[in-house]
Amino acid sequence: MSYEWLVPVILTVITAATPLVFAGIGELITEKSGVLNLGVEGMMLVGAVSAFVAATVTGSYFIAILTGALAGMFMAFLFGILTLSLMANQVATGLALTLFGVGLSSLIGQDYVGTPVAALAKLNISGLTDLPIIGPILFGQDVLVYLSFVSVIGVSWFLYKTKAGLILRAVGDSHNAAHSIGYSVIGIRYLAVMFGGAMSGIGGAYLSLAYTPMWAENMTAGRGWIALALIVFATWKPGLVLVGAYMFGGITILQLHAQAAGLDLPSQILSMLPYLATVIVLVLISKDESRIRKHAPACIGKIFHPAA
Amino acid sequence: MKLKTIASLLGAVAVAGTALMAGTASAEDKVGFVYVGPVGDHGWTYRHDIGRQAVEKALGDKVKTTYVESVKEGPDSERVIRQMAADGHKIIFTTSFGYMNPTLKVAKSFPNVKFEHATGFKRADNVSTYSGRFYEGRYVVGKIAGKMTKSNIIGYVGSFPIPEVVRGINATILAARSVNPDVQVKVAWVNTWYDPGKEGDAAKALIDQGADIILQHTDSPAPLQVAESRGVWAVGQASDMHHFAPKAQLTAIIDNWDPYYVARTKAALDGSWKSMDTWSGLKDGMVTLAKFNEAIPADVIKLAEETRDGIIDGSIHPFAGPIKKQDGTLAVKEGETLDDGTLLGMDWYVEGVQGKLPK
Repeated sequence: MSYEWLVPVILTVITAATPLVFAGIGELITEKSGVLNLGVEGMMLVGAVSAFVAATVTGSYFIAILTGALAGMFMAFLFGILTLSLMANQVATGLALTLFGVGLSSLIGQDYVGTPVAALAKLNISGLTDLPIIGPILFGQDVLVYLSFVSVIGVSWFLYKTKAGLILRAVGDSHNAAHSIGYSVIGIRYLAVMFGGAMSGIGGAYLSLAYTPMWAENMTAGRGWIALALIVFATWKPGLVLVGAYMFGGITILQLHAQAAGLDLPSQILSMLPYLATVIVLVLISKDESRIRKHAPACIGKIFHPAA
Repeated sequence: MKLKTIASLLGAVAVAGTALMAGTASAEDKVGFVYVGPVGDHGWTYRHDIGRQAVEKALGDKVKTTYVESVKEGPDSERVIRQMAADGHKIIFTTSFGYMNPTLKVAKSFPNVKFEHATGFKRADNVSTYSGRFYEGRYVVGKIAGKMTKSNIIGYVGSFPIPEVVRGINATILAARSVNPDVQVKVAWVNTWYDPGKEGDAAKALIDQGADIILQHTDSPAPLQVAESRGVWAVGQASDMHHFAPKAQLTAIIDNWDPYYVARTKAALDGSWKSMDTWSGLKDGMVTLAKFNEAIPADVIKLAEETRDGIIDGSIHPFAGPIKKQDGTLAVKEGETLDDGTLLGMDWYVEGVQGKLPK
């Protein structure tokens, strides 16, 4: 049997999963610090449009990605001011952030609808990229794909191997305790929220620079919400966010291939599969309550009132 | 709702306020549009918004148009339509198939407001329906595709398996097989009108399975971008998408709502509006084709133009018999053509389409 067909499938899965990895891993840090930011979709959109505009104006993809990250960070900063400093409700503010992001991104992108841009360049190491099967998969991706893996490893290491990670988790699990031993809960949460924004922004940038190199309004099409669901799916563990993103992307792509190959299954059910799989895994995980309790930040969504 | 809409609503409120203060009753008449996608989708909704702008241009100060974009089909749309009607809009265009029942429901409560529903089949005294015979454009495209394919596999990115989309697939393959009997169509349904990422993924899957021409019935230019980067052909949908695929786009089917929107708005303003059904195609210019790609050989362009002219003068009907269904049974006999009723309810594939039609 030939494995030729496998390579293009895997390549497509990687592009489908990468924006989810970025947005998911960023929000994971945010949530680990005890903050629930439902505005991922909005931050991704603003990141996508900012990166796109930067790419068309400067022609530099480094600046474009950086701009996407900064734009996401800016959105997250607004969220931080409202929820951390002014103590607004996190759920409502997050939803508002998404609505705001949708409007703001289409405003910024108004003059850029219909302008195409060259796709983010893929790595091409002669010799390595030309290897059969593993060549294009391992050595033929664009820089953001590698960065997505680096960010998962980096976040894992940060959370579980560094003191700063320990403090972040402490703030998320018991803000009062962390505060009482002298840590700045609000300050740490600001940093975590802004890291989440930056990663969402890069996830958005991946959409508008690499996945479909164009700016189109609402082009995230719900991926921010999927990223949020992935974190619960992953029970707040970075490695599982990666697994979840690739599973979700993989099933989406495979069902399209199954259809094109004429597999006799209703397409609606096939389209439903990724969501169905997520729900099933969630149910299975929820059976073991301790798993969730052990990893879910205890203070998530709770407002911190520093004791006077 | 989007900033622009909010701004225009605020503007309308301000106008109404000024009018009240001045004691004059005649404010501008409001014309509303409800869109299923963002106006920047560069496809379906984009073209409807061009039509809205045509109304503003043609009627100038007499009307004020408002729109709400990315309105989900179903309960959401009913709320939006109801709000528009309650807001004093004189005529409201609801531009997606899934708005059909919500439009009728709201129309019942607002007998004085005129409603125009795109692509539906239910009408009322104050609800008209209109649509384009896009399948005529797809028939022309099918002739080109049949001639241009080397792999004899045409990939088709489908949105939802509704008659409108199925009809387009059938028209394409009928035309393609009339010039190349070996052609097959592979369909990938994405179950969305608008998700650039997923549409692009579907195009990739189809190309990976051998398709060398990508057609689509979804609204973003993403499938064309994929075609461009993979070096295969593609056909734009709803608007000219050649910016996204200068090499790959063979042509595009363009929806042109401008004359209809202007005429119907005028009718609503002068009181001559009547409920009716409009289904126009190449002949009336509601469907047009973008410039043909220079890479298409002259004889194929000639064939395409003859097909287009034949449809316009009535000598060619895309669904003229004999037509066989996918399972080989005869659907239309030699010398007969499918009537509009059957076309509007089309829920079967013709011969040459791969896979089963999802129900």
